[in-house]
Amino acid sequence: MTPSKPSFKWRKVTESKLFFPFVALAFILLFDLIFVPGFFNFSTRDGHLFGSLIDILRNGTTVMLLGLGMTLVLATGGVDLSVGAVMAISASVAAILMNPVIIGVKLPPDLMKFINDPNFTYAPLWEVILVTLIVAIICGLWNGILVAYARIQPMVATLILMIAGRGIAQLITNGVRIQIFYDPYAFIGNGWLVLPFPLYIVAFVFAVAWLLTRKTSIGLFIESVGVNFRSSFFSGINEKRIKLIAYTFCGFCAGVAGLVASSNIRTSDANNIGMNYELDAILAVVIGGTLMSGGRFSLLASLIGALVIQATTTSMYAIGVPANAVLAIKGLVVIFVILLYSEQVRGFIRRITPQKEA
Amino acid sequence: MAESDNDLVTMEGIAKSFPGVQALEDVDFILKRGEIHALVGENGAGKSTLIKVLTGVERQDAGTIQYEGKGVTIKSPQHAQELGISTVYQEVNLCPNLTVAENILIGREPRKYGGVDWKSMNAQARQILEGLDIHIDVTQTLGSYPVAIQQMAAIARALEISSARLLILDEPTSSLDAHETDKLFEVMRKLKSVGVAIIFITHFIDQIYEIADRITVLRNGKLVGTYETASLPRLELIAKMIGRNLAELDDMVKIKLESSKHIRQTLLKADGLGHSGSIEPFDLELRAGEVVGLAGLLGSGRTELAGLLFGVDKPDQGSITVNGKLVRHHSPLGSISRGVALCPEDRKAEGIVDELTVRENIILAMQANRGWFKYLSMQEQYDIANRYIKLLNIATPSADQPVKNLSGGNQQKVILARWLATNPQVLILDEPTRGIDVGTKAEIQKLVLDLAEEGKACVFISSELEEVLRTSHRIVVLRDREKVTEFSGEVDEHKIMQAMAGSGS
Repeated sequence: MTPSKPSFKWRKVTESKLFFPFVALAFILLFDLIFVPGFFNFSTRDGHLFGSLIDILRNGTTVMLLGLGMTLVLATGGVDLSVGAVMAISASVAAILMNPVIIGVKLPPDLMKFINDPNFTYAPLWEVILVTLIVAIICGLWNGILVAYARIQPMVATLILMIAGRGIAQLITNGVRIQIFYDPYAFIGNGWLVLPFPLYIVAFVFAVAWLLTRKTSIGLFIESVGVNFRSSFFSGINEKRIKLIAYTFCGFCAGVAGLVASSNIRTSDANNIGMNYELDAILAVVIGGTLMSGGRFSLLASLIGALVIQATTTSMYAIGVPANAVLAIKGLVVIFVILLYSEQVRGFIRRITPQKEA
Repeated sequence: MAESDNDLVTMEGIAKSFPGVQALEDVDFILKRGEIHALVGENGAGKSTLIKVLTGVERQDAGTIQYEGKGVTIKSPQHAQELGISTVYQEVNLCPNLTVAENILIGREPRKYGGVDWKSMNAQARQILEGLDIHIDVTQTLGSYPVAIQQMAAIARALEISSARLLILDEPTSSLDAHETDKLFEVMRKLKSVGVAIIFITHFIDQIYEIADRITVLRNGKLVGTYETASLPRLELIAKMIGRNLAELDDMVKIKLESSKHIRQTLLKADGLGHSGSIEPFDLELRAGEVVGLAGLLGSGRTELAGLLFGVDKPDQGSITVNGKLVRHHSPLGSISRGVALCPEDRKAEGIVDELTVRENIILAMQANRGWFKYLSMQEQYDIANRYIKLLNIATPSADQPVKNLSGGNQQKVILARWLATNPQVLILDEPTRGIDVGTKAEIQKLVLDLAEEGKACVFISSELEEVLRTSHRIVVLRDREKVTEFSGEVDEHKIMQAMAGSGS
């Protein structure tokens, strides 16, 4: 009857939602340690940190942002396919607010000459951000209303905006790719404050999501609706409103991701911004252990899931795998992680982890 | 034993168990050629398991089946069909967007030049249906016809597949109105006259007496007996179904008599409340300190009545007043805030949220009532959960155990705890003791009386009349989705059963 505290704790670790995403991440980093010399090197320039690890974090921000919103949607048992399209809409809205000349808005001649100036914007930055996010939230609301109130299957309901969204984004900019010259806007995606600036945005959105779901009863209700919406209804939970808030938040996250992505490449590219990102976001959440069928979720695990995807991509580029082949290798990583979640493997791990009960 | 030539199916000593449940125990069942044989019993009696064994869905653990005098092992539903056993399930499982003809003949459509010969297919389908005295346009989609016709098409298909000698109808009338039912019965009689044996599962006593030649009653997985319909009075049938056990007058009765002195003011009042298609308008008053029992067979409208009172379904006529205030907003959440709680019948689908922990399940309704932002702190959540775990004797290692790991009885207690935590004035319990062990049953019955004693109004619904009698001060009887009568004070069991059975007893 010697209390075997350490082994008990070890058990608790393996059962945690964060365990498998971390294992997957560790494997990839281990691979890098062996095969990519200098992968873990850091350098500092102007007091800012640079290095491959930082690149993973920085390039992973959009998927991390999308993953946060997608986590809540998947937890209700739904899915949002429109996030990539909503990113494109946001980028277009932001660009047009800063540079409306493209769509025929006449500027007074004295302003006209500043149009390519890195310090010029038509609408002030706070207005650009606010309006863009409001548009993104409306997109999320639209999805939520279709799913919760019109009772359309989530995949079909969000497919509508996924397809129409890029068209809307094109309409907003009159089919033109608008270049963004305004420097403060570029800071959103490209700035550094020791760490890349978008990481602070992720941290902020994560904090909002965490407070929203863990400091109110919304998180519990989302899980309850995702597990058994009929029981939840009998218990007095307004299942429609819960779904609405999940999709709305997902729209908000896509809006933020759209700001970051367009600021990164300094254009509103309605055809390419966020292309196929909905799939990466879903993948990130699934790697994070939230089931597609809904129920328990972990925001932090989804973030790690996003990093697993990004780390794979970055590592492959680092060892010189051609871009086309990266997708195939990404597939292998996904299979590996999903296998970790299967009951068989879990049972195996349970057997090999030391267990000294009774 | 000489096999009578007249026997189509002889099942002997059939036993089947599932993890934790003995679904069938030593059941004998004999079906004669060309008879309509009603199979009856309350939920969990073992009807569907018996049918599953007969149709090859499940394999029996023990016992033998003889079909047309030969011992057989029915390996699969396909095998059963080859033997001539066809089943039509409660829900019509055909394709509503295909035509009637396609539905009947799909998989065996007549062919010409490598394609489907539509003309002869439609003619063939029409002919089959006319054989059942149904004259409709078979080229219309199935979904455009009423449920009764769809049901007939399902039967036509079942007969067509296997040139069936045995047809099993699993609650075919539950979604039909009186006229449609008559139509179905005509078809059944016609089939009978050509020698098809029919097993007819239903909860409607009247229909059994209208159509069935013999009746087999099951209860708790055991055979009660097989009877000629003509020689079994309705009352006796019901007594056999619900297992009358002229109870040893235990202390429950004493508690009950004692507590009946405490009945006070009316808390909830329903006037002409109804929902067409699920329950006829009824009046009901629930008083503080009183337990009202709902007696009635399955399908009599017990659950529908409870659902209306709680706001799961919105009534389309009549009104509810709670504490003298008219209810305008019918929803579970509204009911919870008015102090009305419903512990639903289907524990798995409507009660527990199985992935969540015991703690989360217990606080769920209470939190829903508090809203999104007045979130109970972890400490408060544990306090509430632990209090009810103790109060109701919930056997769980901790409040953090996922509720799916608990036994049925303990899950039921968790749901009770969820509702008690909302501190309701009116507590509606729909089958709170189904599928749980005897000890827990007694605990829950006692709890109900205790709650009434504290001044709550309770509604107690159960398939077991004995249980209703023991716990209720007043008994409301339902039959065929209608409130028929109410008894209070000294209740005569016979009268209740008469009321449950309806006319002609």
